Amino acid sequence: MDKHVLLIEDEVNIIEALRFLLSREGWTVDTHSDGASAVEKIRNIRPNLVILDYMLPGKNGLDILTELREDPSFLTLPILMLTARGQMRDREQAEKAGVSRFMTKPFSNTEVITAVRDLVQLAK
Amino acid sequence: MTSVNQLIGVSFAYVIFLFAIAFYAERAAALGRRGWLGSPLVYTLSLSIYCTAWTFYGAVGYAARSGMEFVTIYLGPSLVMIGWWWVLRKLVRIGRAQRVTSVADLISARYGKSNLLAIVVTIMAVVGVTPYIALQLQSVTLSLAIFSGPDGTNSFSQPGAAFWIAVGLAIFTVLFGTRNLNTNERHDGIVIAIAVEAGVKLVALIAVGVFVVWGIAGGIGPMMERIDTSPIGEWGVDPNRWVALTALSAAAFLCLPRMFQVLVVENQDERHLQIASWAFPLYLMLMSLFVVPIAVIGLDLMPAGSNPDLFVLTVPLAEGQIGLATLSYLGGFSSATSMVIVATLALATMVSNHIVMPVWLSVHGNGASVSGDVRNVIIFARRTSIMVIIGFGYLYYRLSGGGAALAAIGLISFVGVAQFLPAMLGGIFWRGATRTGALSGLIVGFIIWVYCSLLPSFGPGAILSLEIFENGPWGVSLLRPLALYGIEGMDATVHAMVWSLTLNTFAFIVISLLTFPDPLERLQGAQFVNVFNHSTQTRGWEATLATSEDLMIMSQRILGPTEAQNLFRVEARKQGMHGYLPEPTQAFLQNLERELSASVGAATAHAMISQLVGGASVSVQDLMAVADESAQILEYSNQLETKSDELARTARQLRDANDKLTALSVQKDAFLSQISHELRTPMTSIRSFAEILLDTEGLGKLEKTEYASIIHGETIRLTRLLDDLLDLSVLENGQVNLNVENGRLSKVLEKAILTAQAVAIRQLKVTRRHLDEAITLKTDLDRLNQVFINLITNAQKYCDADEPTLTVEVLLSDEIVSIVFADNGTPIPVSSRAVIFEKFARIEEAESGGAGLGLAICKEIMTRLGGDIRYVPNLSGNAFIVDLPR
Amino acid sequence: MSMPSTPSKFLEQSGYRQRRMMDALRLLPVLGLLLWLFPIFWPTGLNVSNNNDPVSTSSAVIYVFLVWGILILLSSILRWCLRHTLEQETTTDLDDMDVGKTGQ
Repeated sequence: MDKHVLLIEDEVNIIEALRFLLSREGWTVDTHSDGASAVEKIRNIRPNLVILDYMLPGKNGLDILTELREDPSFLTLPILMLTARGQMRDREQAEKAGVSRFMTKPFSNTEVITAVRDLVQLAK
Repeated sequence: MTSVNQLIGVSFAYVIFLFAIAFYAERAAALGRRGWLGSPLVYTLSLSIYCTAWTFYGAVGYAARSGMEFVTIYLGPSLVMIGWWWVLRKLVRIGRAQRVTSVADLISARYGKSNLLAIVVTIMAVVGVTPYIALQLQSVTLSLAIFSGPDGTNSFSQPGAAFWIAVGLAIFTVLFGTRNLNTNERHDGIVIAIAVEAGVKLVALIAVGVFVVWGIAGGIGPMMERIDTSPIGEWGVDPNRWVALTALSAAAFLCLPRMFQVLVVENQDERHLQIASWAFPLYLMLMSLFVVPIAVIGLDLMPAGSNPDLFVLTVPLAEGQIGLATLSYLGGFSSATSMVIVATLALATMVSNHIVMPVWLSVHGNGASVSGDVRNVIIFARRTSIMVIIGFGYLYYRLSGGGAALAAIGLISFVGVAQFLPAMLGGIFWRGATRTGALSGLIVGFIIWVYCSLLPSFGPGAILSLEIFENGPWGVSLLRPLALYGIEGMDATVHAMVWSLTLNTFAFIVISLLTFPDPLERLQGAQFVNVFNHSTQTRGWEATLATSEDLMIMSQRILGPTEAQNLFRVEARKQGMHGYLPEPTQAFLQNLERELSASVGAATAHAMISQLVGGASVSVQDLMAVADESAQILEYSNQLETKSDELARTARQLRDANDKLTALSVQKDAFLSQISHELRTPMTSIRSFAEILLDTEGLGKLEKTEYASIIHGETIRLTRLLDDLLDLSVLENGQVNLNVENGRLSKVLEKAILTAQAVAIRQLKVTRRHLDEAITLKTDLDRLNQVFINLITNAQKYCDADEPTLTVEVLLSDEIVSIVFADNGTPIPVSSRAVIFEKFARIEEAESGGAGLGLAICKEIMTRLGGDIRYVPNLSGNAFIVDLPR
Repeated sequence: MSMPSTPSKFLEQSGYRQRRMMDALRLLPVLGLLLWLFPIFWPTGLNVSNNNDPVSTSSAVIYVFLVWGILILLSSILRWCLRHTLEQETTTDLDDMDVGKTGQ
């Protein structure tokens, strides 16, 4: 399986950190920072993993997630969602919408890496 | 027997004594030592000018002719005094509150300060009272004649004596009556002189009475027997006359110009009225106590055909009691002189104020501007008036020949002045009374009085021919002067009184109901009728803000709350103030007056504003009463329109409020998410890179430095966020210390632009007008700088134009500096405008790196600086306006 | 007119008494009027057909002056009892007027 991840995030520094971590794990990292065009981007590049921020300009993470899961070809796409809002309701909504994994910022690097490994394992 | 010369000497001595007392009183008053001068006793005694020579001598004569009927003349005033709570209290209060100078002034002031009305009342008063003055001159000369011998063959000349008495009285009145320029000034000298004279006449009459009862009749018991066996021993009073004369004397007591002078104008303290309410009836009672005994003894002792009017003098003389007779003479002299002095003074005030002065002013153009001159003119007018009125009295005395016609003048005069009563009482108790109504009533009453009472009093053939008496004018018997409408057999006085007062009242009421008062009239009417409601509220009007508030309340009543508040708020903003109470500046008052006159007319508007701002004389309540009426009238015409407008307005207000509340609640709901997001985002980077630095082996030096600097940057970002939050919290709690200093606006702007541009990613073109910025501000410059930086940074972040431009403009008004920051970006959506100054408010959840606290902080800062920050959408973008007080 | 609110029952009662005395003061002229109008029903000496003897002048004098005396007495007593109430009412107002006057 290819290791191709799309990182949808608008904070430059967080992108930088995640890119560093994921590269070391052997991932090819693509980034995208606009919410409105995120689904289109995923359709175009067909990543094996999506890391999705909750608060994005244009369209929020939850909406992107819902739209993706409506497409049968993305039903099994592993999606890791990150949020800085820290509200229980967000997690519930994301899980209902079919998120693969939901994590709250600030995260620990090992947690993220473990989660990514788990998700890949499950997808196999 | 005392010679006339001796008596004249006594009179002179007495007059000089009065002059001295009057002079002393004036001196004491001038030095501020009023003391006993301002006692209720003096006030009570001064009221005794009601008892003139006509009552002093005439009462006994009256009793000798008609028994107890004489007493009605005292019963009316007694009832009025005992019932002081009802009418006198109000009259005195109005007189003091309105600075009333005479009956004419009272009536004119009540009916919209109408001078026509004042002239009519003055003329009526002069016509009614001048004969009465003549009567006093006659009584003094008659009493002198008594001393000259029963046959009157002495060289003594009655007209000559009358002339010199008139001259003396004129001098006295001029000296003590026109000493002060202020019309409303009290005449201490005159008041004290008449109080002394009141004492003298009471003592004199009682002395004669005591002499008669105990000296001649031999005690009370024998006296009573003699009364019952005398020609007037049986009760023979006509019930009509009894009732009518009591009512008439009560009316005259209130309306006589001289009584009004002492009761109202000379009143120094309302409490004196309370004392006088029982003390004056007591005086009247004592004055009439011995009238019947003296009359009975006089009828008994004196030869048939002798004049009973002079029994008070002739009985002691016949008994050889020269001293007592002289005292009695002084009593009569006192009665006559005090009446003439006060009556003349009161009439002269009316004549000079309402006839001479208006004529003078109209002849001399706009008299209001020649203030220095007017005072002398007033004095001159008053002095001339006094001499003219006493001259009239003397002339009348000479022309009437001092005959019996004169003796009847007392009651006739009463009926004449009683014509003022409907207008006076109606004016103080009925707000619906109008000027036209009062005028009609007065004129109708006056005409009937002249025709039915005054002219017939000269006897058939004198002015009205016998033919008219018998058959009426032009043979119309319904118009016979003594039997109007064919009602015959009625007593002449009762007839005249009933007809004149009834028709007077009828005309007054009907015309008042039919006519419409002008605004000033209504204002005055409200003030008179409600004199007790407002006088305590006139306090504290000097405070300008209170006046603003009063103006506001009044304007609301007339313009409606929204319009008035808008008007005031706009003005307040113009003056650079918060809230809706501007300073009552000249410009604003003129503006307000224009606004008000559109609703209620110029006169009322003017009166209202000048009264409110000018201070003491009209209270808000009075205006309110008038304003209420105006508002009601306006309301009737467009009530529906107003109602529906109001409903629409309320609905709109509710909708706005609801929108704002909903938007706010959504914002508040997002508060926790927001603050969490803002804090967690930089912390994520920090933690992540920190772990990378810790866990990753073999990192290059370059990488290590890069990651460390990211951590550093993010901690700064966190710190700034916390700073902003703390700043806002401090500002909101008002715990901030302002560091106020002077500085140039241009410098503050300069600094802010440099700071903002230094950290900017995108360059923003800033256009300024340096000339306008050259002003000095006195405020916290650092805080102002903070606001400016925020606004410039916002423009940098959010302005989405191809060539982002920020235009800084400075607008100056009288009390406010407005700095406008206008950009050329897309205007903020309408839905967001209401909340942009709220915390964490960001447009459409746009992520721009800021926490959304900037404008909230700006708002708080500007509030602390006494200014404001506003958002205004403009055609080509957004504008934020910073207002600062100058 | 408003009376100051009073704490105790005793004062409450005295306030009530004051108000009733105020009523009496106001009604006094009515009493006087009625009593002094009464003589119009007396038989007169002019009316010979009347079989009643006319009232003698001495009785008339006594009656009129008695009424007078009673009215004066009542008036002065009531005014004395109410002096505080009346005083209060007038003094506050008079202060205002003096203020207004100095302003002129």
